[in-house]
Amino acid sequence: MRMIFAALAATTILAGAAQATTVYPLDRATILAGSPFDFKVELDKQVKAEDVKITVNGQDYKTVLGGEAKFVELEKGKEDKALGSAIILRGLTIAAPGDYKVEVSAGDETKSVTWNVYGTGDAPKAKNVIFLIGDGLSVAHRTAARIMSKGMTEGKANGRLNMDDVPPAAFIGTSATNAVATDSANTMSAYMTGHKTAVNAIGVYADRTPDSLDDPRVETIAEAVRRQTKKSIGIVATAEIEDATPAAVVSHTRNRNDKADIVGMLLDVKPEVVLGGGSAYFLGKDVPGSKRKDDKDYIKLFQDAGYKLATDKNELAANASAEGNLLGLFHTGNMDVTLDREFLKKGTVEKFPNQPGLVQMATVALDRLSKNPDGFFLMVEGSSIDKMSHPLDWDRAVVDTIEFDKVVGLAREFQKANPDTLIVVTGDHTHGVSIIGTVDDEKPGTEMREKVGTYAEAGFPNYTDENGDGYPDKIDVTRRLFIAANNGPDHYETFRPKLDGPFVPAIQNEKKEYVANEQYKDVPGAVFVQGNIPKSGDSGVHAVDDVVLQSDGPGSEGFRGYMEQSDVYKVLADAFALGAKQTN
Amino acid sequence: MQDQTVTRRNILAMMASLPLLGLGRLAEAADAPLSFDELYGKFGVLGLEFSEKVKALAGKETSMRGFMAPPLKAEAAFFVLTEIPMSLCPFCSSDADWPDNIVVVYLDEKQTFVQPSQTIEVRGVLEFGSWTDPETGFVSLLRLRQAEYSTV
Repeated sequence: MRMIFAALAATTILAGAAQATTVYPLDRATILAGSPFDFKVELDKQVKAEDVKITVNGQDYKTVLGGEAKFVELEKGKEDKALGSAIILRGLTIAAPGDYKVEVSAGDETKSVTWNVYGTGDAPKAKNVIFLIGDGLSVAHRTAARIMSKGMTEGKANGRLNMDDVPPAAFIGTSATNAVATDSANTMSAYMTGHKTAVNAIGVYADRTPDSLDDPRVETIAEAVRRQTKKSIGIVATAEIEDATPAAVVSHTRNRNDKADIVGMLLDVKPEVVLGGGSAYFLGKDVPGSKRKDDKDYIKLFQDAGYKLATDKNELAANASAEGNLLGLFHTGNMDVTLDREFLKKGTVEKFPNQPGLVQMATVALDRLSKNPDGFFLMVEGSSIDKMSHPLDWDRAVVDTIEFDKVVGLAREFQKANPDTLIVVTGDHTHGVSIIGTVDDEKPGTEMREKVGTYAEAGFPNYTDENGDGYPDKIDVTRRLFIAANNGPDHYETFRPKLDGPFVPAIQNEKKEYVANEQYKDVPGAVFVQGNIPKSGDSGVHAVDDVVLQSDGPGSEGFRGYMEQSDVYKVLADAFALGAKQTN
Repeated sequence: MQDQTVTRRNILAMMASLPLLGLGRLAEAADAPLSFDELYGKFGVLGLEFSEKVKALAGKETSMRGFMAPPLKAEAAFFVLTEIPMSLCPFCSSDADWPDNIVVVYLDEKQTFVQPSQTIEVRGVLEFGSWTDPETGFVSLLRLRQAEYSTV
């Protein structure tokens, strides 16, 4: 019995190790007509070039795909592991919309995939697109933002967020090509290219070779806008500007951590406005604070390419109307969150005291981009909704949601004056987070857990906004929202806002396992919360739940019902008529 | 909202500057103490500047208190000393996402790993400037070489 089991296990392992023949783009890919993309076939076995036969809609592939593919007799993996033969054709285009059935045979291997190539209208519906993305924005974030910002009386909100008045349009499925779960790289890449891809990948399909920069590419929206229009491009984020979400507007890599390379890709596209954090990847390695491993000085390379540079909010204001393109870098890493930057002065605010907020950055970007008579594409990311949800720091995540909502308000004002503007408000993925009631310090006893109010015992929170700035006057009120994650590492729940700086729930031990951070153990009433994800996980993870997409303006009628994240791109492409040349 | 001004960083700085009493071994040593708050004279988007104290202590026996981050690789010849107990990278998985205020420690002799929440004191020869570890490619700006450490 034991032997049979062992034999079965061995068979399973062998079967699992063998890869199926793979064609990129994958089956059911949707491709913008005329957009350049890479075609790759990965065979299981090593074959001879003459043994490979590829047809597209029954014709020799060269006729339809317009070029001869390179044959690689043997691709190698890590430690020179033989992977099989491959066929690669880069930068091809298909002009005519329709279904394309690709059939591959080589020896005893066969594979068939079908792509759908789609066109767009000849004339753009929208002059401008403002794509507003709350990274990780889940329903709980917006509910909490509304209650913290506006308050609630007898079960009715005392006011509305700006995003509350953007029509809800679609539920978005965010899963990756290699997993039901997902991250900011593949999700934003789906929005910005129209192709789903693997976790950690941007602007490429994830192939089997170890090199992260050789994977089959697809066109990004910034490249398509450059190719077909004279519109301007803006990228604004509070994260490092080469972080996955802003990077996905312009770049191509299997590994989102190729941040030094992403800076170069940003320079290749030259968006007119680039504002965010992450200057460390612009500095040569000998400059203290650099995170490059080479000597390239991208500050100088951007300046040489005609960019004005701003490094704090005063320089941003001073350069708001400067000629040329604008590069604003306000932190070596991720910018501080609103709660730290504007109110608590924690995090790294002492080191970088003059960081602008998302609203100021978005205002400057809109002012500059709207000067282009041909219009613009602007992506603004509320990055730290996600960056603070990972460490379960819900107060910081919610205050950044309020800041993001102010940018929604700004975009809506712009749209009123410029109705030929399509606005999209959405998240890239969700988090496993919910509001379940309140924590009331006035409840009797010292056990904080007993102060959690559920059902009728929750009552209503007592946040105030006396100065009317839209932010609660303080977050550590006596009766506050109780927001909790459905997953996470081992940690201590303190039932209180983290006034000393962002929460670090778990730290790594010598076995590379994340253990509860003892720093919070002695907070009065703190309770140990057993993690429910692997011990290699350092923080709360993304949820697989659908994202809510809201939209208003010309073209927004294209968003409807359930949509794959990649299908959002089709609507954007159609709004700009990216299937049609507009540069003449 | 209102500003709140006492920071954890300030408290840590005050704690770090308390006289180091009752530590026999340290009292004997002639190492110059250096705190994490004293590493840089200036922070900026276009780079940091080392403090005058770091420049003055370069090449000299220096002691620093902090926390040992888990080793990058089991066989790495160095470990990273951090100001507060930390995970490798709280939000992603790249080695590049370390904070600025870290010090790389090259040990004279192999010593055992201590728990990440344990304060340690490291003594070694201070070195500043960009250096790429030949084995791991890890780029560091500040190092303590020929170092040893003990728990505090």
